Amino acid sequence: MRLKIGLAQMYPKLGDVPRNLEKHLQTIDEAAAQGVDLLIFPELSLTGYQVMDLVPEVAIRPTMDDPSFRLLSEASRRAGIDTVFGFVHQDERQRFYIASAYLSLGELLHVHHKIYLPTYGMFDESRFFDQGENARAFDTRFGRVGLLICEDFWHISPPYLLWMDGADLMIFTSASPSRGLDTSEIFSGGQWVELVNQAYGSLFTSYIVHCNRVGFEDGKNFWGGSSIVDPNGAFLLKGHYLDEALLTCDIDLNQLHRTRSRLPLLRDERPELMLRELDRILTRNHR
Amino acid sequence: MSVTLRTPNDPLSDRLAINTDLARKVLSSFIADEIHKAGMKRAVIGLSGGIDSAVSAYLSAEALGAENVLAVRMPYKSSSADSLSDADKVIQALGVAAMTVDVTNMADPLFAQFPEITNLRKGNALARLRMTVLYDQSAAWGGLVMGTSNKTEILLGYSTVYGDSGVALQPIGDLYKTQLRQLAKALGVPDSILQKPPSADLWAGQTDEGELGYTYADVDQVLFLLVDERYTVSEVIEEGFDAAFVTSVWRRVKANHFKRTMPNIAKLSRRTIGHDFLFLRDWA
Repeated sequence: MRLKIGLAQMYPKLGDVPRNLEKHLQTIDEAAAQGVDLLIFPELSLTGYQVMDLVPEVAIRPTMDDPSFRLLSEASRRAGIDTVFGFVHQDERQRFYIASAYLSLGELLHVHHKIYLPTYGMFDESRFFDQGENARAFDTRFGRVGLLICEDFWHISPPYLLWMDGADLMIFTSASPSRGLDTSEIFSGGQWVELVNQAYGSLFTSYIVHCNRVGFEDGKNFWGGSSIVDPNGAFLLKGHYLDEALLTCDIDLNQLHRTRSRLPLLRDERPELMLRELDRILTRNHR
Repeated sequence: MSVTLRTPNDPLSDRLAINTDLARKVLSSFIADEIHKAGMKRAVIGLSGGIDSAVSAYLSAEALGAENVLAVRMPYKSSSADSLSDADKVIQALGVAAMTVDVTNMADPLFAQFPEITNLRKGNALARLRMTVLYDQSAAWGGLVMGTSNKTEILLGYSTVYGDSGVALQPIGDLYKTQLRQLAKALGVPDSILQKPPSADLWAGQTDEGELGYTYADVDQVLFLLVDERYTVSEVIEEGFDAAFVTSVWRRVKANHFKRTMPNIAKLSRRTIGHDFLFLRDWA
């Protein structure tokens, strides 16, 4: 089975949900016209990244009585497209999460709350957001999918859990700022992300799709570089840095069985051993 | 001061090497982005004839178009003729709008009231007068005041509060002087500017390195380890740098931190500017 993936490497305007929403709707139409089946927007694509005290103002609920969500859902259905977008999720008890939603032909299949909130160096997410508690794969018309947001995949456990939960297509979204200028083609932070994504594709023999934003917020630049790694660990898409773009790439899901026949890492993986040993390690450490 | 010099082949000096194409792209995009976000399209820049303001001017012209950049030369009577002519080379090369505002007649009445005034006080006063001229032109011309400070001088506090630090944006503030030279070369900044020793040009023969007591080549390596790489002072000394040198550099960085931050606001209310009224500058 083949599908065309679109990566909306966009520049969200900080705090301006109506303008960002309009851009989402336009991009959905544009992607549909190009035959895209699955369109991915970056982390916090509806709000911009460093929303800080704007959090309550820009938050939405992923339900049809929320006007922004309804417009996105209707656009997805009308365009005949699946889409992932990033938003601030306000739950029923007024807790706020960095969230991604997966819409399939207008239907909400999954909401992921960012699990790891970087709060070090230039990052301050835990001050403003609650942390997610789940890493769960879900079924789509393109097979089983997993969603993670930025720092989630800087840790090895969330992608591993999604792998064990059946995800063959992992969708990573980011608002990753540039840092570490040396003589390389791109900043060292970007090199690191490309390295781990290639490693995940290789280790999990899965598709790794990454969409990062571009633009500036208070002097921080976001490097883009949205990419796709195939189950052999090869980049199918890479190297589009710094500028806004709607990147598209066809992937062949049949590659999963070909790679896994050659390299049965998934078949031979022993999660029960991991669970047993983790239990021992955690029990020991808690004594 | 005795400083242990690294050889040019030492890999440490290579760590300050940068991809100038990438820096150029990000910094010119940053300038355009900041100015357009402010609802403007123009910039005003004080051009001293030195490498820092030359690089900022080249990046600004690239970002905004030469017609949207106003270069202002602001000589004092003791400024060297080379400074004016080097600034002119930049203006000619870029084709930016330009004006010259002699600050002598602004400064001398102040200096005349204080016969005991030191060179340091004069230097600071001149920097603040130049800032005043630039902000006046900012309003007259309708452009933001472009910063020209590099990372080395911001860290060392080799700058005047509300003088050269009084700007709207700082495109080259994360590049050490050593890195800035690489970018200047890539941008095609004229050789006479690249070659001359950096100077505040307050009196004949003044140089930054003479005043600071060490070379940019040395201090940039120490700052890179202390700041970017998070080495402790003793770890930097273990790398072979003179202990007194490293200690004095770090003391200077600390002593000048007030120049890098907004003045503290005494907190009284539940929500106080600078404490828990948390928005980006880009919010507006």
